Amino acid sequence: MSFLEILYFIVPSAIFYAAPLILVAIGGVFSERSGVVNIGLEGLMVIGAFVGILFNLLFADTFGGMTPWLALVAAMVAALLLSLLHAVASISFRADQVVSGVAINLLAIALALYLVKSIFDKGQTDFISERFARYNVPVLSEIPVIGPLFFTSVYNTSFFAIGVAFLAWFVIYKTPFGLRLRAVGEHPMAADTMGINVARMRYVAVMISGALAGIGGAIYAQTITGDFGHATINGQGFMALAAMIFGKWHPLGAMGAALFFGFAQSLSIVGSSIPVIQEIPNVFLLILPYVLTIFALAGFIGRANAPKANGKPYIKGQR
Amino acid sequence: MEYVIEMLNIRKEFGNFVANDNITLQLEKGEIHALLGENGAGKSTLMNVLFGLYQPEGGEIRVRGKKVDISNPNVANDLGIGMVHQHFMLVENFSVTENIILGSEPTKVGVTNKKDAAKKVAELSKQYGLNVDPYAIIEDISVGMQQRVEILKTLYRGAEILIFDEPTASLTPQEITELIQIMKRLIAEGKSIILITHKLKEIMDVSDRVTVIRKGQGIGTVTTAETNPNELAALMVGRQVTFKTEKGPAFPAEETLTVKDLVVEDYRGIPKVKNLNLAVRKGEIVGIAGIDGNGQSELIEAITGLRKVKSGKVLIHGKDVTGMKPRKVTQSGVGHIPQDRHKHGLVLDFPIGHNIALQTYYMAPISKSGIMDYNRITEKAEQIIKDFDVRTQGPHEPARALSGGNQQKAIIGREVDRNPDLLIAALPTRGLDVGAIEFIHSRLIEQRDNGKAVLLISFELDEVMNVSDRIAVIHDGEIVDVVIPEETTEQELGLLMAGHADKDKKGGKHSVE
Amino acid sequence: MSNRVTNLLVPIVSVVLGLIVGAIIMLVSGYSPIEGYAALWNGIFGDLYTIGETLRQITPYLLAGLAVAFAFRSGLFNIGVEGQLIVGWFAAAYVGVAVELPKIIHLPLAILAAAVAGALWGFVPGLLKAKFRVHEVIVTIMMNYIALHVTNALIRTVSEGGDRTERIFTSASLRSEFLENLTEFSRLHMGLLLALIMVGVMWFILEKTTLGFELKAVGFNQHASEYAGMNVNKNIIMAMVISGAFAGLAGAMEALGTFEYVSSKGGFTGIGFDGIAVALLGMNTPLGVIFGATLFGSLKYGALNMPNAAGIPIEIVEIVIAVIIFFVASGYIIRLLLLRAAGKKKEAK
Repeated sequence: MSFLEILYFIVPSAIFYAAPLILVAIGGVFSERSGVVNIGLEGLMVIGAFVGILFNLLFADTFGGMTPWLALVAAMVAALLLSLLHAVASISFRADQVVSGVAINLLAIALALYLVKSIFDKGQTDFISERFARYNVPVLSEIPVIGPLFFTSVYNTSFFAIGVAFLAWFVIYKTPFGLRLRAVGEHPMAADTMGINVARMRYVAVMISGALAGIGGAIYAQTITGDFGHATINGQGFMALAAMIFGKWHPLGAMGAALFFGFAQSLSIVGSSIPVIQEIPNVFLLILPYVLTIFALAGFIGRANAPKANGKPYIKGQR
Repeated sequence: MEYVIEMLNIRKEFGNFVANDNITLQLEKGEIHALLGENGAGKSTLMNVLFGLYQPEGGEIRVRGKKVDISNPNVANDLGIGMVHQHFMLVENFSVTENIILGSEPTKVGVTNKKDAAKKVAELSKQYGLNVDPYAIIEDISVGMQQRVEILKTLYRGAEILIFDEPTASLTPQEITELIQIMKRLIAEGKSIILITHKLKEIMDVSDRVTVIRKGQGIGTVTTAETNPNELAALMVGRQVTFKTEKGPAFPAEETLTVKDLVVEDYRGIPKVKNLNLAVRKGEIVGIAGIDGNGQSELIEAITGLRKVKSGKVLIHGKDVTGMKPRKVTQSGVGHIPQDRHKHGLVLDFPIGHNIALQTYYMAPISKSGIMDYNRITEKAEQIIKDFDVRTQGPHEPARALSGGNQQKAIIGREVDRNPDLLIAALPTRGLDVGAIEFIHSRLIEQRDNGKAVLLISFELDEVMNVSDRIAVIHDGEIVDVVIPEETTEQELGLLMAGHADKDKKGGKHSVE
Repeated sequence: MSNRVTNLLVPIVSVVLGLIVGAIIMLVSGYSPIEGYAALWNGIFGDLYTIGETLRQITPYLLAGLAVAFAFRSGLFNIGVEGQLIVGWFAAAYVGVAVELPKIIHLPLAILAAAVAGALWGFVPGLLKAKFRVHEVIVTIMMNYIALHVTNALIRTVSEGGDRTERIFTSASLRSEFLENLTEFSRLHMGLLLALIMVGVMWFILEKTTLGFELKAVGFNQHASEYAGMNVNKNIIMAMVISGAFAGLAGAMEALGTFEYVSSKGGFTGIGFDGIAVALLGMNTPLGVIFGATLFGSLKYGALNMPNAAGIPIEIVEIVIAVIIFFVASGYIIRLLLLRAAGKKKEAK
């Protein structure tokens, strides 16, 4: 296999694995930029994956090819509702945001499996019939090198995820909403004195993170696994969290990190058919994203990168 | 006379605590109206009520004669009320313009229009002579400049009434002079100002009238021209105050603390203490006078081992303690009353008894081969509580529950009880009422009279002048001069603190070392 | 109402609310909550065997709860108990199968191996926090996944391609014939005793030793601790190491008591995360951990009876646990409501 052939093999698969990570990491960026730590991303993804699959199974006959996309909407709504729980606990009830996130994760997987067992009478759902389809982008896929790398046998969801990342960048850095979002995460009291409703901003941010994590989970389930069970998401949400940190809480940075982690994941799966890489024990590829994140935190990502008020409840009238 | 603001019989409660009880304040158009009171008297609470951050339980507010309900800061903004906060409300990694437009951003097709906003900021800045760069990032500009950004924030929103909350607390003397000019310019442009302060001199310098509050109660309003500092002080405290602390002459002996060519850097590697020399002798109080941020914190932290020393030496009784761990320095005979008692001085969630044992918990009789004897802590704490008049329910009460003055007494008790040869007191009276201040000053003098060396750091000129036997003036990390309080004036100190050292005099009559 | 009483009431109210939410979910999804909770009750207390198994389930919960609580008291949030438990499980099982020694050496050695492995896994985030101020929550989450993948790889190596190790030699086992006979041959083992001793150890460290005084001080206020001459970095590392050791011991319970082997895992055991619930419910005190572990261990084991006896998925109990965590974490609002209720009562009088 030539080097280029290897790239043709790996790059599309890396992008394919990265798409859900990008969306969920961007969700994390919104939440944490507003000052709410969200380690519940994993659970929100779980709910998204479950609802996505469930919707797909129930309505495949009704909606046909549109089903996966409509399933994303259903997943988005479900995860958004679950994220409200995190918002209420950590913004209104001043709960420890990490604890609340842990509870979200426990609750999501338990609730999803409870419903799976109630509905399907077994530990996982059936396989869906309407998946997102791979396709070759007309014209663009004909371009040498770039075509096979980026436009051959791709998912529309990948373009969607990258589009969302740029949109998030625009919203966070170019609009009044973004300015307020960042102000609330850096110095909530300053924002409050400027008449910004800190709690409302944070609610909105957490709900955006829920919506994006839900979509990410549903894309993962509908492109990669095809069904839902206890191990469907298995850490993707935490990897998205790592991508968010690795990307220094910046939407495009998070996207870059997610692409890289997607690359590592795809290597650990398709690497066995590639010379050189098949020599590397799989475990190294599996732990690579986590080890890199730890090194990054110890090395080049300082505390200066994290939003200053991240994780701190804002209590009016208290310095 | 036309009142732009009337706050009538305002009452504000927090649970069982009445922070404001029947306070009335009336602001005339075009005046600078001072709001005077001790720390904790309820000044900030009253202003937060006016600014819509708190809702009052009683009384009413009128703006230009009309009764209003200020339910949040937006309403205050709409009524033309702006606040220049003591702790600046600025997002540090935002630009000046971003901070100013936050909350009322101009847009062009949904996108924040920073360019037009910056232009407007530049115009306002020019109109009021503020000289602010709209594109500068907040963390890169000086404290004085940051305050001007706060002022611009209110002007950008069209404020007619500006509240200044303790605006001179961290400014240099020139910056204070400039601020006063800015305030006069604001008045000339038709604005009205409420100035919150506990500094009598400032009031006499700039205000037209003064409203005094004490322990949450409104005491009354007087015209500045018809009063004097002594009368104001008596109104503020509720009794006659002698500003002069009583003390006998000092009998200094050999050097206890010697600091030689000390260089200390901050975390970015920028030198904050530059070749500093200083000596404190047995039986004297040396006061360090200076504006906040001129290297005082770094100097203290370097002496006590909390911060790395770049070069130079710190000697206690001639013994080199440079670069030693804090505990070693403490054991060499140093007591330290830290400048931030909540951050460094106390573990607020610990009982006050544990806090009193914070420097001795690891030694016999409290700790023996790694096992604690908590009864000993209680005994020790009870003794110190009694000796230092700490008002508390007992050693088991959480430190958080004590008042600031009593917390500080407990800290002083803890440090003095160990009988250190050198006592370092950093801002020992910050935020305390007059009674506690007097108590603490007399304890410092008592230490001196017992033959100890005392190093006092203060931002308050009065305190330095009254308590010290010698005053070392610090500016930009250097001791620029050492003077005797009786032979100097506040004006002279102010100039020295601002860095206008008289070069001929330096090292003249009173040697630095 | 005194502060103490409200503090005690918050966990109790949370548990009750959690059970109510569970009942509502059962009702909505067409099950009978009465049947469900009856099945749960019988699953816990049905007979001597289930009681023995419940106690067996409580054992690792005690240690996982201690691990989380100990770190909390030192101001650290150890989400890595799960990973520390997994490496401890592997280490104990490995020592259990790799050599055969007299019991008096072998068993303590295997237990020690688990504690050391867990401690090492806690040391990394402790060191990074101390040296680089990296937040321990993120590092411990990452360490969990590293633990999972690395132990799976090691199990594959040790078992030459299989997905579980051999059974440990009986010389390394915590099983006790006496306890088995007592409980109709449940898997209840001597680990329970060890776990209870460790509860005492935590209490002793925190309440009686100078180290405990320092750990608590650092937990509340690092700046004041540094000012008072404590070595903050050393204390942070120490807290994570001790916490990790507790977690490793929880793994030893599974390796040497319950299962007597280690198998590769598709996902986490969940015990480490439930440890957070245990510690929170127990307000991070040693006695509270006993309370929390007993409750959650019982719920967890009793739930196994629910599918057979009432046709309800066992996950209902996980839902209840998650909801309880929510309520305990939102203690502020519960306290507020309790105080308001108490205030009203007073007015009515």
